[in-house]
Amino acid sequence: MRVKAQMTMVMNLDKCIGCHTCSVTCKQVWTNREGVEYAWFNNVETRPGVGYPRGYEDQNKWKGGWNLTASGGLQLAAGGRLTKAAKIFGSPDTPEIADYYEPWTYEYDKLLSSPLGQLTPVARPTSLITGEDTKITWGAAWDDNLGGSASTMANDPILKSMSTHVRAEFESAFMFYLPRICEHCLNPACVASCPSGAMYKREEDGIVLVDQDRCRGWRLCVAGCPYKKIYFNHASGKAEKCTLCFPRIEAGQPTVCSETCTGRLRYLGLVFYDADRVSQAAAVKKTDLYQAQRDLFLDPNDPEVVAAARRDGIPQDWIDAAQKSPVWRLISEYEVALPLHPEFRTVPMVWYIPPLSPMVDVVAQSGSDGEDGKTLFAAISQMRIPLEYLAGLFTAGDTRPVEKSLRRLAAMRSGMREVALGNEMPAEIPAAVGMTDTQLVAMHRLLGIAKQAERYVIPPSHAESAQGRDYECPVPDGMMPGRATAGPVPVTVGRKPE
Amino acid sequence: MNTAVSLGATDYLLWVALPYVAFVSLIVGTILRFRKNPYGVSTRSSISLEKKLLGIGAPLFHIGLACVLAGHVVGLLIPESWTSAFGITEEAYHLGAMVMGMGAAVIMVVGLVILVIRRVGNVAVWQSTTTMDKVMYVILLVVLAAGIFATLKTQVFGGSGYNYRETISPWLRSLFYFQPQPELMATVPTTFKVHITVVMVLFVLWPLTRLVHAMALPLSYLVRPYEVYRSADRGVGARAVRPGWGATRFSRNVKPEGLVTPHTKDQ
Repeated sequence: MRVKAQMTMVMNLDKCIGCHTCSVTCKQVWTNREGVEYAWFNNVETRPGVGYPRGYEDQNKWKGGWNLTASGGLQLAAGGRLTKAAKIFGSPDTPEIADYYEPWTYEYDKLLSSPLGQLTPVARPTSLITGEDTKITWGAAWDDNLGGSASTMANDPILKSMSTHVRAEFESAFMFYLPRICEHCLNPACVASCPSGAMYKREEDGIVLVDQDRCRGWRLCVAGCPYKKIYFNHASGKAEKCTLCFPRIEAGQPTVCSETCTGRLRYLGLVFYDADRVSQAAAVKKTDLYQAQRDLFLDPNDPEVVAAARRDGIPQDWIDAAQKSPVWRLISEYEVALPLHPEFRTVPMVWYIPPLSPMVDVVAQSGSDGEDGKTLFAAISQMRIPLEYLAGLFTAGDTRPVEKSLRRLAAMRSGMREVALGNEMPAEIPAAVGMTDTQLVAMHRLLGIAKQAERYVIPPSHAESAQGRDYECPVPDGMMPGRATAGPVPVTVGRKPE
Repeated sequence: MNTAVSLGATDYLLWVALPYVAFVSLIVGTILRFRKNPYGVSTRSSISLEKKLLGIGAPLFHIGLACVLAGHVVGLLIPESWTSAFGITEEAYHLGAMVMGMGAAVIMVVGLVILVIRRVGNVAVWQSTTTMDKVMYVILLVVLAAGIFATLKTQVFGGSGYNYRETISPWLRSLFYFQPQPELMATVPTTFKVHITVVMVLFVLWPLTRLVHAMALPLSYLVRPYEVYRSADRGVGARAVRPGWGATRFSRNVKPEGLVTPHTKDQ
């Protein structure tokens, strides 16, 4: 066992209202620059829908992620090292900007500079790629709220794998939002694809980054990532990606997308995992991938794990943080969070709580009590189509973990309603989903009312072991410059202490 | 070989000075570019702007170029006496070099033509083209045209062909021995001279153009482990530690103390 810590995110899709605030704030911070106008390190997709870039989940087309070889090993889906190297000149699996969308601006100046006239001045769209007039035909979230989905939804790679009959029924019944960032995978295909060795996974917190000084623009990482979360900056000729806002994480602050999420649906915390078993867990059979990945995670409260973590150099405050990690609880204790597309075999580390609300809505629309436990349980097991769709997203097609998660969310809903009405929680509700009433109450607190300190348990990075940070506190002993006595010093990141 | 040819200043300039300037520029310039501006070293690929033509043109050009380069290495660096020792006659060598060389040249030219058409014809690609790119393209085309013209004129339609392995090749090797023999170049046909001179100019400009990406050929990819881990400790990719109030490189008589932790200094 080799214990490693991974900064991990969970998103509760039940609470996502699709407002795109995460996308916009992320863009303002990270991709508000020439060359990455089209790039959204964080984007929000309406599902069912084609996603961004269009149809990225179809790995028959894009060849991202890993495949299982005949001998049971892992190989990049685009081919072995030699095949991959042979693709260096033409890189046929790399998407074009047109696959995302052609970014544009408007001639705002025309509104102000136009002379007085009969006609209202118009700000025409201008392409940010060519600088010429353009016609807007696609965007980063073009099928937002199923807008125009009648003509595009059939291209949803998950729906494509389901039957036509299923599709028609689905369209009228079920819709939810899927915010996506880089998965910061344990077995990243982008890192494995990078010819220069410029991409790397940080040993301390598992954040996957591109060394901009070493990137040579071979753009094979863009093709290698099955989530298409590496973006090629066409101005600088370098690959760029979500950094999990590492300067903030190192300072103990949540990512920008988490901080600004209006629905407060994001959770950040550490997960300990066994680094020795990662490639093994990524190479099991498709339907076992979810379970295998969860088995990789180590219980931070287990004394053996704690001892091993200490042995492997994980500082005590990080162990404490892992024990308080909301992410660990949602993934492994309550088992409500699921990975996105485990079948890509990259062992993704941004997990999702599947949305129950659309099902509740359907029950309520049919005139039944959408908060009643029994009705909900029955509805969940009957609504095969949403279940299958969610399983296509989160568990490589196995509906059982999805159903378990949704049943637990339903139990929490109906059980807590009783509590809110001043009644005892009926014993059969938690029992029906294999939980205790204390657990249900604690889960409700975490999902419903937890404040920032509970949702984001982020231990600051250790300056004493990280000589490379340019914003580390310059007074490590609590010594103030020009002050003789030792004592705690208030530290403001990046500013000289007064 | 007539060694009694009188050499002018131009000969020394073109066949001694220019080659050394070119090699030094190529080597030192490349090292400086990688050291001083590693962020600037990139293929600057425009694949995200246009993929179809690039997907055909780029592999053709690069593979053709690799073959052409290999041919040049054999023709220029391996002495004629070595191939003769293997029983390869000058006629056989000439025929083989001509057929394979022209084959490689055709592949490369087709690729380059596709790439140039794409670069000029596609608005987005053209707009991402820098002045240096344009200079590079022109020189590259001249090198290619001169090389092919020289080969066609002397080798293909020139009867028995010109044996450059008795003049150009030993001249080039003499440069590497630091005993330059410019007199060897005196009788070389003008077409070859033009080709060589423009190549030298290309070498001078090489480190300043996107061609530096050739020096970043990632051969280690074939042998390194798939996954790369790096510790933030080592600060790889991060700037050196420098607090905002620390000494800058413009400060006088002040060592950048930010690099030393205060307690190690004080105690």
